[in-house]
Parts: sequence; C-alpha cells; structure tokens
Amino acid sequence: MMGFPILTFITFLPVLGMILILFLKKEQTNTIKYTTLIITALQVVLAIILLANYNYSAAGVYEEKSFQFIEKFRWIEISGISWLGTVKIDYFLGVDGLSMPMVLLTALISFIATISSWNINHSLKGYFALFLLLDTGMMGVFVALDFFLFYIFWELMLLPMYFLIGIWGGPRKEYAAIKFFIYTLFGSIFILLVMIGLYFSATETLADGTKVFTFNILQLMNSSNYTSDGLLSPLNPNNLRFIAYLALFVGFAIKIPMFPFHTWLPDAHVEAPTPISVILAGVLLKMGTYGILRISYPIFPDITRDLMWWIALFGMINIIYGAFVALAQKDFKKLIAYSSVSHMGYVLLGMASLTTAGVNGAIFQMFNHGTITAMLFLIVGVVYDRTHTRGIDDFGGLATQMPAYTGFVTVAFFAAIGLPGMSGFISEALVFVGAFGVESIRILTILSTLGILLGAGYMLWTLQRIFFGPLNGKWSSLKDLEFREYAMLIPLSIIIIFLGVYPSAMLDIMNTSVNSLVNFLHTNFTATTISGF
Amino acid sequence: MTESLFTILSIIILFLPLLGFAVVLLLGKRLPKLYLFEIAVISITFLLSVIVMYFKLAYSIDRDIIASFNWITIGAAPLSGVLNIELGIKIDNVTVIMLFVVNLISMLVHIFSIEYMRGDIRYNRYFAYLGLFTFSMLGIVVTHNLLMMYIYWELVGLSSYLLIGHWFEKKSAADAAKKAFIVNRIGDIGMFIGILILFTQYKTFTFDKIFYQISQGNIPFNSEAWLTATGILIFMGAVGKSAQFPLHVWLPDAMEGPTPVSALIHAATMVAAGVFLVTRVFVMLTADAMLVIAVVGAFTSLVAATIALTQNDIKKVLAYSTVSQLGYMIMSLGVGAYVFAFFHLVTHAFFKACLFLGSGSVIHAMHHEQDIRNMGGLRKKLPLTYATFLMSTIAISGIPLTSGFLSKDGILAGTLAFGKLTGHWLIPIIGFTVAAMTAFYMFRLVILTFHGKPRDHHKYDHAHESSWVMVAPLVVLAALSIFIWYTPNPLSPDAGWFMSSWVKTPVTVVPENTRFEFMQSAVQGGESHGEIVHSPLYTETMHWAHYPAMIMSIVLAGFGILLAFTLYQWKKINADKIADRIKPLYNFSLNKWYLDEAYDATAISGTISLAKILSWFDNKIVDGAVNGSAWLGRFVSKISGLFDTYVIDGFVNFTAFFSGFIGFALRKIHTGKVQTYLVFVVFAVIILLLFFKPF
Repeated sequence: MMGFPILTFITFLPVLGMILILFLKKEQTNTIKYTTLIITALQVVLAIILLANYNYSAAGVYEEKSFQFIEKFRWIEISGISWLGTVKIDYFLGVDGLSMPMVLLTALISFIATISSWNINHSLKGYFALFLLLDTGMMGVFVALDFFLFYIFWELMLLPMYFLIGIWGGPRKEYAAIKFFIYTLFGSIFILLVMIGLYFSATETLADGTKVFTFNILQLMNSSNYTSDGLLSPLNPNNLRFIAYLALFVGFAIKIPMFPFHTWLPDAHVEAPTPISVILAGVLLKMGTYGILRISYPIFPDITRDLMWWIALFGMINIIYGAFVALAQKDFKKLIAYSSVSHMGYVLLGMASLTTAGVNGAIFQMFNHGTITAMLFLIVGVVYDRTHTRGIDDFGGLATQMPAYTGFVTVAFFAAIGLPGMSGFISEALVFVGAFGVESIRILTILSTLGILLGAGYMLWTLQRIFFGPLNGKWSSLKDLEFREYAMLIPLSIIIIFLGVYPSAMLDIMNTSVNSLVNFLHTNFTATTISGF
Repeated sequence: MTESLFTILSIIILFLPLLGFAVVLLLGKRLPKLYLFEIAVISITFLLSVIVMYFKLAYSIDRDIIASFNWITIGAAPLSGVLNIELGIKIDNVTVIMLFVVNLISMLVHIFSIEYMRGDIRYNRYFAYLGLFTFSMLGIVVTHNLLMMYIYWELVGLSSYLLIGHWFEKKSAADAAKKAFIVNRIGDIGMFIGILILFTQYKTFTFDKIFYQISQGNIPFNSEAWLTATGILIFMGAVGKSAQFPLHVWLPDAMEGPTPVSALIHAATMVAAGVFLVTRVFVMLTADAMLVIAVVGAFTSLVAATIALTQNDIKKVLAYSTVSQLGYMIMSLGVGAYVFAFFHLVTHAFFKACLFLGSGSVIHAMHHEQDIRNMGGLRKKLPLTYATFLMSTIAISGIPLTSGFLSKDGILAGTLAFGKLTGHWLIPIIGFTVAAMTAFYMFRLVILTFHGKPRDHHKYDHAHESSWVMVAPLVVLAALSIFIWYTPNPLSPDAGWFMSSWVKTPVTVVPENTRFEFMQSAVQGGESHGEIVHSPLYTETMHWAHYPAMIMSIVLAGFGILLAFTLYQWKKINADKIADRIKPLYNFSLNKWYLDEAYDATAISGTISLAKILSWFDNKIVDGAVNGSAWLGRFVSKISGLFDTYVIDGFVNFTAFFSGFIGFALRKIHTGKVQTYLVFVVFAVIILLLFFKPF
C-alpha cells in the first residue's frame, strides 16, 4: 500500500463523482444514479482494502508513527506575517482503531443510502451531487488528523446536508433545515474558538528546530508542547482549559445529540428524505462522539477525568429520557429518532467510564447504532413510500400483508432492543461492564439499565401496533419488499447478526487503540507529567 | 466416551435445532413439507442426547466435562488488565438429564403439533420457531458461564415471544407476547446487574471460577450484604422466567399461544429455566438470600393455588398450577432441598407436559372450546386422553406410586425440616396447604372436563379421540409419571438412582457465618466433586420429617380429592352456593388477586403518563427554548437592521458596518443563503486571530 494515497482517494472519490455528475445532463437520470452507485461501491471496496491492510496491533491515538495509511504534507504555509510567525497547516490524514470502524461505517452507509436514494424523483442531478459532497465531508472528518482540516470537513458536511433536507424534505423542510443548520453552526463556533485557542497555546518543533504554532491534533495531545503563557496551556495557572473543554464538548454534544441539545434531531429526521435520515442517524451522529474521543479526550485528559461523572450523568439522561419520550411518540419516524437519542446515551456512558471495556463498548455501539438505526430508518421508508403516512396508529396487521418486510423489521427491532445474538447486545453489555466497574458512576449505570426495559417497551409496542392485530383494510393491497429493498436490508441484517455472534471482528480493530487511549487518559496531563516538562 | 467426544456431541446437540430453525425459516415458504426436516432434526437431537446421557451417567458419573474458548478479548492496558470473555459448555449430570428432558419433550411436542397445528397458515414457521426455542433452551442447559446463560436466557425469551404471538392477528395474542417479553425483562435487569457485580469483582463470567473465588473468601465489594444482594439479583431473573410472584402475571396470558407451545415452553422447560438458574448459582447463596428465595417461592405457590381454585379456562387452571409448582421448586431450593427441587423439575416437566398436551387434545376435539363449564363427560369420547390426563393429575396431586409423590414429598419434608431447624414454620404450613389445594383444583378440572354429563351437546357430539400422532406423546409422558423410572421403592425417592447417585447437593462456597447453620457441611470425595454430607443435625431432622411429611401430604391430598368429588362429582354440596357465601374471596381468586388491574393502574399507566409528560416537556420546554432563542436572534437582527437603516445611516461608519454585518449575517442565514458561509468562516478566523494575538 506504500505510496498510494488511499485515504485521499476514499475521501475525495465522491468529489470526483460529483464533478462527473455536474457534467452530465439533467435528463440522464440513470447515468447520474449509477455514477453515484459506482462511486460509493468503489468507496466500499477501498474501505475493504484498508481493512485488509490494517495493522491490528498499531495503536495510533497520540503517536504519529503508529497511525496507518498516513498522508502528510504542508498544505498552507504563510511566512512573514510579523506577529503570526509562520502559519503552517498540514494536510494530515491517517487512521487508527478509533477511526477505522467509522471509515467502514461511512462507506457502508453511504452505499446503502445510495440504493435508498433510487426513488428520489426530482432534481436528481443536484441531489446526487450534494449527496456525494456530503460523503466526502463525513469521510474527511474521520480521517483528518489536523484540527484545521478536521474543521473544514466538519463544516463541509453542513452545507449539502442543509440543502438535502431543505429541498428534498417533507412538509416542514425549511424549518427543519434551518434548525439543523443554525444549531450545528452554533456548535461549530465553539469548536472554532477552541481550535484557535489551542493553536496559540501549543507549538510543534519542526525538523530544523524552529517552533511553530500547530493545529496538529497529535501535537496538541503532548503536554510538553504547550507554551507557558498559552490561554489553553496547562502550564498557565490562569488557563481557560475548563471553559474551553465545555465549549468544545457542547460543540460536539449537539451532533450526538446530547440532552438538552437534541431537539433538532427529531425535526431533521422527520423532514429528511429516507436516505438522508439514514446518513444522519448512521454516520452524522457519530461525528459528535468521535470528535470527543479524538479531540476533547486526549487533548484535555485532565478535564475529562474531572468531568467523567457529568458525562455519565448526561449519558444516563439520554438513555432514560430518550426512551421515555420515544414511548410517547405517535409518529414512526420520530419514535426511531428518539430511540437514537436513547441509544447514543450508551455511547456517552461507555466513554465516561474511561475503561477499556467501556470505551470499546462505546465505539462498537457507535458502529452498531449506525447499522441498526440505518436499518430502522430504511424500514420506516419502506412503509412511508407505500402509504405516505407514518402515524403508528394508522397501521395494524401489516405482518399478514408483508411477511418478508415484517421479518426484517423483527430483526431490526430486536437488534435495537439489544437482543443477544445481535451486535447491539455486545456493545451495550460492554458499556455496562465498563461503567459498572467504576465506582463513582455505578449508581448512574444501574439507573441506565432501565433503558433496556423501556427500549423493549417502546419497540415491542410499536411492533404490535403496526404489524400485529387484524389487518387495517386500507392497506390490503400493499406489496411486500422489492429487490432494491432486499438489497439494502439483507447486508445490514447480515452485519448485525455477524457482529453479534463474532464481535471480535470489530472489537479487535479498535482494541489496541482503545487501550492506548484509556492508558493515555489516565496518565497524561497530570501534575507530574506537566511539571516534568 | 472421551471428553472430546462428549464435547463434540453436546455441541452437535446444541446446534442441530438452530440448523432446523434456519433452514425451515428461510425455505419453509417454498417447500411446504419442510417441517419434516425440523422433526427429523429434533429426533436426531433427542437420540444423541440419550447417548450422551447414557455414557455420562453410566461411565463418568463423577467427572464433569468442561470445554471453552475465548470469545472476546479486550484490554491489555496496564491499567485494566486483560478481560477475557469465554464461551463454553459444562456437561455434568444435571446437564445431561436436562438435555434428555428438554429434547424428549420437545420431540413429543413436535410430533403432537403435526396434527394439532394442521392447516395453520404459518405451519412451517411454527416448527422453525420450535427449533429456535429448543436451541436456546439447550444453550441455557449446557453453558458454563453467566453471560452465555443470559444470552440464551434472552433467546428463549425471543422464541417465547414469537410463539405466544404465533396467532398475532388476535390482539390478545400480540398483547400476551409483548407482556411476556417485557415482564421478563424486569427480572432480567436484576439478573444483569447481579452478573455485572460478579464480573466487576472476578473479571470472569464462568461459574466455577466465580465460585472458587468466593470459596477463597473473595466476596463482592468485600461485603456479605453484597453477596446476599448478588444472589437475590440473579434470582430476579428466575422470578421473571419462572413466573414467581410478583412477576408471574405473564404466564397465564401466555396461554394465548398454541397449546403444544404452552406444554413445551410454558410448563415443562422454559419456565423451569429459572429453577435451573438457581440450581446453578445455588452454592453462592447466603442464608439470607435463601430465605428470600424460600419465601418468594412459598408465597408464589400459595397465590397461584388460590387463583387456580376458581378458574374456568382449562389452560388457565393448568397455567396457575404451573406457577404454583414452580413456586414449590423455588421454595425447595430456598430451604436447601436442592436435589428435590431438581427432581421435581424433572417429574413436573413430564406430567405437566402431559396435562397440557392432554388439554390440547381436548381443545382440539372440542373445536377450540377452552371453558370447562361447557365440557363434561368427555371421558367416553376421549378415553386415552382421559386416562393419561388422569394419570398425570394423580401424579401432580402427589398420590403414592407416582413420580409426583416422590418429588413433592421430598420438598415437603425439606420444608418441614427447615421449619424445625430455623423456626420458619410458615413455609411448611404453606407447602402443605398448597398440596391440598393442588389436589382439589386438579381433580375439579378432571371432573368438570371428563366426568358427569356433557353440558354442550353440540360440541360433545362432534368430539372424537385424536389420532395416534397426538395420543402417542400423551402415553409416553403419562408413563413417565410412574414411580418405577425413578426408584424401585415407591415410598422412598432416596432408594432411587436419581437421588442416590445422579444428582447431589453441591457444596456451598459462601463464608461460614453467612450460611444456614444446618448447611455446614463436610466434603467427601475430593475437592472438585465433593458431595455434601449434611450435618448430623440436618440428616436427623430430615429423617424425622420424612414420615410425618409423607403421611400429612397423603392425607391432605386425599382430603382435596375427596372435596373435589363431593362438590363436583357427587354434588353433595352446591359449589355455587359456597361461592356465593364467600363472594368477595371468590371474586378475589377469580380475578387473580386483581394484580393485572393493580399493575395497569400503577406501573403501566405511570410509565405512560411520565412518557407523555416528558414528551410535552421536550416539545414545549426544551424545544421551546431553542425556538425562543431563534426568535430572539431574529428579533435582535431585525432591530439592528432597523437601527442600521434609520438611525445610524452614515453616523459612525464602523458601528454601522458592524451591526449591519450582524444583521446581514443573521438575516442571510435565516433566508437560507448559506453559500456565503465559508466566506464568513475565513473572516471569522482572521478576526479571531486578531483577538487572540494582538500586535
């Protein structure tokens, strides 16, 4: 693999596709669709190549040399602005065990969402162009190791998402799109502020011995790189690290979404077209927790240790609160949206434990939530396409009418409930094992187990109201799944069950890095490591 | 037979039904005869389990086979150490007996269902689900660790859900399925927390490793209270699955499933999984935990028996009788009569499966009539069903020469000894009361169903004995209710191989000061396969209890039967009049202690209300705040826009520019022109650079 810039390819391949599509005529709808399909399929192939060449024992996290598939060169260099010194920003990509599962997830979900986009019926050219741009933004976030670059990708994803909801969405699409946009932008400003603050607080030493300010995430994790008077430097007795951490956390928490910043999600989901919901739930939500693990945690281990109880608390609130609100929903899609809030709570809880089991569980849960919730939104899409309603009480007895569909629904619902034999169980169990082992958050963990019960409650109740009982006469001519829908649901079901039976396939990818991260979090930015400088 | 052969055979036994499930589920729609594959699979599984049982009990009775592999490995950081999560099997005597029982009943139910379910719209699917259930149940039986136990535990929950809801077009069936799953989950949460405690302490899920640690004095969080709590939490799993009070409410509703399913899952095997779980963790139960278990079991058996007295649905009577008998087993474990609990599990599995299948035969003959008030006189129409049903009824009532007598008598003797040793006399009192009630309501059921004159002539006239496919399983199961399979001496279970050599009370591992004094035991026969030798006091007390318990149980059962005949056969006393005289009590029993109503009024409506309140809160308050701040932003931007246009208008250029910039920016965002955003980012970066690093 040496020399071949595979990460650049996997990231910018969609942009290439977008350019191709822009050259096509509006009427060439099939060509547009197949171009997108081929591009996302190629992305999956590249992801598999990545996995095949992946070194399971390389840690990454804070150590540049153990990152894999690194691409690094000077991107922006401005010298001679007197007070700024040299501005030096790298194009720096690489993956480790934290990002590899997300890269796989992004490739997979983009491909599935492309198939799901097949019945988008107006302005296809614009839709698929934006779709591909979104794909690049997501992939870029997960492979970027330079904060500036990370931020660019983070923002890049915002723009196409806004239009995809705002143009191809449901009746209240403008409201939902604006809300999504402003809310995320609001968070981005915090991230931006902290990024700039960090830039001026830490330097990296170049090969020629000069010190320059840096956006390099890995350099920012090294407590000895901080200047003595930097605003966010641990060496500065009046530093603002605590406030910066909160700001950064809010920026990421909006994306997760964490209570109380979650209300954009139900609106965005309800209004977004099915494939965009799939992307939103499958990939975008993970960017929040990924950002925390990649940036907040290792750059601020000191604050992270102080705040772990609070993170666990919000995890618990997400789990319970999300589940209760889901229980009260009457709209199928909104219910799934709130179940996402609940399930992402497990990620927070696992992360908060700062244990290998908990963090492994959290990342695994990110992946599993991606596949399971993607499947749930596809399922909503299937029935919405046919009936143009999502009211749970409008249905009834669909199991007799659509048996194959009901089979997949059962798989997805029980996966969401955390049934053993499916991937969600392993990740939730690991989260609980990790979190329960930490005495300070044990009570919160015990309270969180209530989520298992409530999850079964709202899922099975929904299953019953939509699929069981006598068939609602209105729907006696509904057709069961068609080929395209099988093509989306079967791969996801297989992955969900495969990872439930053989979770090591995924856990082994992340384990080395998670160990390294957890170890790092417990031992760095302590009084000794900082004064030792 | 070598160990590896044992292991391989057990794994084949475990996975064959899963194969049956997968094949029949995926291809069943195309190939209508595919259910035969499932039946072939279960028959092979049964034969293999007979072989395994024979070789285990005949040749390596004192040697357990354990095989395991690492499933998940995480950790390695110096801080956490390595966590290995193992999957594995443990084949001991209890396991092979359970393999035999589960597979036998499963096979008989499969065969019975061929006829019973004929013409069902999801015929193949039904058999596929039976395969899934058998796989999950066998998993519970063979596992050597708690996590796998929990995994299969949930999987039997799933198969139970699917089978109860087999006729999901009926709302009541779908309701019952959902209720069963959710009520079970309540217990499972307790069990899960218990497992978490053990894992946190010992970094393993494996039974033997945990027990070894406890025996070395390493107890959870260094506290005996936690050890007790852990035992009770794990027991909560059994409270759900084995339908103990207060979570028993799902089981009677589960009768909405097809009757063979009730026989297999909700009478013989799955509901016994809870009892099996408690036998697995028996050695780590402290005295306090055992007392809790005994009380829950005793109370459950009493509650269920009082309800069974007045039910009119043939399956409901049997369901409550199941709950009551499960309570017996749990109580028996609580009082330390480990062997009798397991013995009763086995004997009960056979006669209760027979009763349920028999009721299925009746229901089938009566064209889905389940109300015993509309039956009567069926003995002439269904002679074989009647004979087997009667045989099993005699067994469950605890009449000598039956298996039920042997196991029940042992349990009662155990409670009596427990009462004498600890002073908790209420437990034996409840035990004996329930014995009388059991005999009464079971014979009431037999008399109202089979004796007397038919009360619904139309249905009676059309009734006819089922074909041999349905009758043969009944005969096999009824035959297994006879004492001879278990002991040569019909009055003493101890003389039998079952009690004397196959199943032994394991040595408790809890610290001495937390055991019951009478459980203080010496170990005989080596460290790993030690057999408990009870203290002389306990042995003596059991001897003392043996004959009084036997006599009392026979007398009480006889009394119950006599009363049933007096009321319903000879009608010397008018049952309705008595019911009228004690109307409140009668209604209390008929309405199942109003527990469902109580749960509806409290837990369920409470949860729904809370959900609605939180949803309102989310919509109005949390989202309201978001929309409010958006409104505020728009307002400010409008004001500054106006300010810009009318007041400033060239006043101070910088101020005008600045507020105009804000107004412009916010307005633009609100109107959706987002393309300009990246430009702003660049501006913002420059401005912020200026802020952070002034010249």
